[in-house]
Amino acid sequence: MRYAMAIDTKKCVGCSDCVVACQTENDVPIGHCRDWVVEVMDGTYPELEMELRSERCNHCENSPCVRCCPTGASHYSDGGIVLVTKNECIGCSACITSCPYDARYVHPDGYVDKCTFCLHRVKKGMQPACVAVCPTKCMYFGDLDDPRSEVSEVLKKRKYKTLIPEAGTKPQLYFLI
Amino acid sequence: MREEIIVSGRNNPLIDPQLHVWHWEIPTYLFLGGLAAGLMFFAALYYLRGKENDYRTAVKLAPMIAPIALALGLVALFLDLHHKLYFWRLYTTIRLESPMSWGAWTLMVVTPVSIIWSALHIKELFPNWDWKFDFAKELIDFFQKKKKVLAWIMLISSAILGIYTGILFSAFNARPLWNTSIMGPLFLASGLSAGAAVVIWMSKDHAERKRFAQLDLMIIGIELFLIIHMFMGFLASTQVQIDAVNLFLGGPYTAQFWGFVVILGMIVPAILEGLELKGYKIPVAIPVVLVLFGSIMLRFIISNAGQASRWLY
Ligand code: SF4
Ligand code: SF4
Repeated sequence: MRYAMAIDTKKCVGCSDCVVACQTENDVPIGHCRDWVVEVMDGTYPELEMELRSERCNHCENSPCVRCCPTGASHYSDGGIVLVTKNECIGCSACITSCPYDARYVHPDGYVDKCTFCLHRVKKGMQPACVAVCPTKCMYFGDLDDPRSEVSEVLKKRKYKTLIPEAGTKPQLYFLI
Repeated sequence: MREEIIVSGRNNPLIDPQLHVWHWEIPTYLFLGGLAAGLMFFAALYYLRGKENDYRTAVKLAPMIAPIALALGLVALFLDLHHKLYFWRLYTTIRLESPMSWGAWTLMVVTPVSIIWSALHIKELFPNWDWKFDFAKELIDFFQKKKKVLAWIMLISSAILGIYTGILFSAFNARPLWNTSIMGPLFLASGLSAGAAVVIWMSKDHAERKRFAQLDLMIIGIELFLIIHMFMGFLASTQVQIDAVNLFLGGPYTAQFWGFVVILGMIVPAILEGLELKGYKIPVAIPVVLVLFGSIMLRFIISNAGQASRWLY
């Protein structure tokens, strides 16, 4: 099993519902976020292009954050989802410095926190909160090893990219372009 | 003109707008670790070369600072942790891929060695020192007999500690400025230079001071070479790395780096030490303080600038 998410940058309208859904679902402390929307405006006037991307931890297959963790708190869980066990984390921040996507933050309670792909929901057969709530249905979540999962299907049909592939982390967040 | 405007909705404290999760604690810890490594390295080296009585300060007196520096360094590291209650977790796991874990375990070896080494020599400095308990005396006798083995362990573990202070940074691929293998040798050299400076400061023996001034000069030369090498490597690399090194070549860290680290911390003390060796009278404290200052600044500036360098927006 290999969980992955595909996000359609053409369908995303940047409403940030995913951000709010995540904050509510996961009790994200006020002033912090596990996912966020990035707007990129690119080109030469008047030919401008805009891309909207809902970003979060990429659950990298080759995660520097797991590698550098001195206590083993950062680890791979079911289907390659990268998690932090809060009672094992000493808050040394090595994982934060090692993530090229800056996807983690220090929870006010001291441990390091980030997106979990809502593993607690996924285990119950539900979709991650951000995917479930998106009004334009621009996110697809599922098992890449299953050729008939939504995410595998959409990646077969569409062109996509990952962020900073040159960092070698093998991200599992795909942006449809 | 082609332009790219990026607006990110993310706003996590310590991460945005710029990563700043490591404050003064980590560079201080690395400086103290490097200094202790330098002191222990020279003590072991000159003991093994049979110079115990020629370089008494280096072998016996100066290494007494090492356990103090290591203890203070550990306090700094502890203060850096956000989840302090779980500190002990560092010592219930060994994770060879993690430089932090490596450092924690290296300190686990180096700290007791530094304490034993100091204990072996304390009577020479304080002749009235009394260990009081028989068992402490027996322990000291035991290590006295095994001093050579101890010195070898100290030589190797202090070199590892010195290199580790740089590897901690260079292991982070996510921060282009840190991601160079020069960091390990550069920080080792800087720790050795700081150690040599402290020996010069503490020593009353002219020959010993001269020897260590020569050593320090040589190490500063190596440091400058490594820095030039580092810049050449970055400039010949990818755009992110060129952007990273531009923080020091016209960017916001330029004046600090060249002014504090290179000029005040290396070139000026090197000139002063050179003049001193030529027979000019220079108050020894000046080059020593400058070397230590440069060594501290190197860590602070590399730590901060590294966190300012990134791959994405
Ligand atoms: S995005 Fe960052 S935090 Fe997430 S798995 Fe990759 S390196 Fe780790
Ligand atoms: S902050 Fe926590 S999860 Fe991150 S590397 Fe340190 S111990 Fe591991």
